[in-house]
Amino acid sequence: MSKTTKKRVPVAGQTAKRRITEVARVIRSKNSGPYELTLDIIFRSREEFELCRSKDVVNPALISKLYRIPESEILGIIWFEPAHAVKITIKRWIASGDPGETDIYGAQQHAPLLGIEFDA
Amino acid sequence: MSKEFRVLSPTAILGYGFPEASFKRGMERKPHLIGVDAGSTDPGPYYLGAGKSFTNRAFVKRDLTYMITAGVAAGIPVVIGSAGGSGAKPHLDWCHEIIREIAKENGLTFRLAVIPADIEKKTVLEALAKGRIQPLSFVPEATVKDVEDSVHIVAQMGCEPIIKALGMGAQVVLAGRCYDPACFAAVPISQGYDKGLAMHMGKILECGAIAATPGSGADCVLGTLTADSFILETLSDKRVFTPMSSAAHTLYEKSDPYHLPGPGGAINLTGTSFTELPGGRVEVKGSRYEKTERYFLKLEGVRKIGYRTVSIAGTRDPIMISKIDEILPQVEAQVRGMMKSPSPTDRLMFHVYGKNGVMGVMEPLSDAVSHELCIIIEALCATQEAADTLCSVTRSTLLHYGYEGRISTAGNLAFPFSPSDVPMGATYTFSLYHLMEVDDPCMFPINIEEYTNGEVRK
Repeated sequence: MSKTTKKRVPVAGQTAKRRITEVARVIRSKNSGPYELTLDIIFRSREEFELCRSKDVVNPALISKLYRIPESEILGIIWFEPAHAVKITIKRWIASGDPGETDIYGAQQHAPLLGIEFDA
Repeated sequence: MSKEFRVLSPTAILGYGFPEASFKRGMERKPHLIGVDAGSTDPGPYYLGAGKSFTNRAFVKRDLTYMITAGVAAGIPVVIGSAGGSGAKPHLDWCHEIIREIAKENGLTFRLAVIPADIEKKTVLEALAKGRIQPLSFVPEATVKDVEDSVHIVAQMGCEPIIKALGMGAQVVLAGRCYDPACFAAVPISQGYDKGLAMHMGKILECGAIAATPGSGADCVLGTLTADSFILETLSDKRVFTPMSSAAHTLYEKSDPYHLPGPGGAINLTGTSFTELPGGRVEVKGSRYEKTERYFLKLEGVRKIGYRTVSIAGTRDPIMISKIDEILPQVEAQVRGMMKSPSPTDRLMFHVYGKNGVMGVMEPLSDAVSHELCIIIEALCATQEAADTLCSVTRSTLLHYGYEGRISTAGNLAFPFSPSDVPMGATYTFSLYHLMEVDDPCMFPINIEEYTNGEVRK
C-alpha cells in the first residue's frame, strides 16, 4: 500500500488542527440565480459559529485557493448569526446550462469545503 | 383588518405533491388564502426556451384540484405564481388549460384572473436605449442582439398585479413569472398587514415544508400573520419549525441572507428575531421592507444556441484511463480531420466522470485516479442532424481509437444503452438576467374569465 492513514497526533510546538466537519452540521452549494454559486456552512452551535468567525476560518484567500478562482470572483462572505452560518457567494464558472455545464443546479460544488481545517 | 391572516402553502413547487392529510389539516385551520409558487430558473434555460414545464402535468393537476376545489368551497383566494415553471405564455396556457379542466370536471363557479408575464422585445429595447436596464452581479451588459435573439422574455411581477386582479373580483389568480413570495404576500398586504413581515413569511412559505425540519418539498405548512409578527407551523406531525430551520432558510439560494431583493424593494433581515413557540412553531419578528427609490423588475430571457446529441459510455481499462487526457484531444482532432466541413461553431465536449465530471475546471483534485471512468460525448451544433453526425463519428472513433500502448483491441468503450446516441433537441442559454426599471408595477395585462358550474363565460 502506498497510502498511509493520516493520524492526528499533535506534534510538539504545533497547534492541533480541527476539521470543519467537526463543527458544521450542514455544508452545501446551490445556484443563486444562473450566474452565482452560493456555499453555506451551518455550524452546530453558536459557540462553534463564534469560534470560526473569530478565527476568520473562511476567508477570501482560502476560497480563492479551494475553488481555483481569483478573489475578484468572490461576491461576498457573510457571517449570518441567526442561522449560525457563513455564506460564500462566488461567480459561476459559466452561466447555468451554458455549453460545458457540469452541474445545472450547482448542488454538488461543496466538496472542497469539506477539507477545511483550522487551528484548535 | 382582522386580527390575524392565515396562509396555507401546500407544497414547495406546484406539482411536487403533498399528503392529503396535511392539506385537510391546513383547511381545518380556516386559512384566508392558499398560495403556491410553481417556478424557478434552477432547472436551467431549456424550459423557458422550449416553453415546457419541468413539472409533471398529472401531478400539477392533482395539486391544483385540491387547492382550487377547497379554495372555491371555502370562499378564499387561491394564488398561483410562475405558472408552468418558467411563467412565459406557453407555460401559462398549459396551466390555464389544466384549470379549465378542473373547473369543468368539478362544476366550479369562480372568477379567474390570468396575468401574463411576457415582456415585448420592443419594451425591453426601449428600456435598453434609455439606460433603464442593468445587469445583476457577474451578468454581462445586455445588448440589442441579446434582446432580439431571445425566444421568450418574462419579468418577475411583484404583488401589485395580483392585488389589482383580486380587486377585480378574481378568486383564483394564475400569474405568469412572479416573484415567489408575492403569491403569499399580496393578499395580506392589500389588507394592511406589514409588508416586511408578509414578504418574509412569503419567502419561507414559497418553499412549503423545506424550511421545517426534517425538511420536505412535498408537504404543507401554515403561516399566520399578525400585526407585529408571523408564526410558522407544520401540518404534519413528522416535522417541526425551529428557529434554526427558519433562519437557515433565508440562506437558501440567496447571495446575502440579510437583504433579499425583489420587485420594487428588498426584505431587510438585520433586525429579525426567530423565537421558538410550543408545538413546533416559530414566531418571527422585526423583518422590514425597504422600498427602492425606483421600481425594478427582474427580466429573464433565453436564446437558442443549437442542438445537442450525447452518447454515454464507460471505460475500465487502466492504460486508457492513465492516458485519457491525451486520447480525447487526439480523437477530436481525428474526427474534425475526417469531417469535410466541420463548422467552427460546432462544439464537441467530453464529460469525464471519475475525473472532473462534476466540478470541471474548478476541480481541485487533479491527480486522483479512478478504476473506471464514465465518458459522456456531447456534440452541440447548429442543426440536430449535424449534432447527430458529430456525436456518432466521435463515438465510433473513440470506440476503436488505437491509442499508444493499447492492449485491449476489441473496443475502448462500454455502452450501457442501445441506441448509444441520444438526440436532445434544441439547446438554450440565458440571454437576459437583468433588472428593468419600470414606471408602472401593474404593466402586466389582466384577463378575467368567469366560470359558472364549470363553464367559461368570458
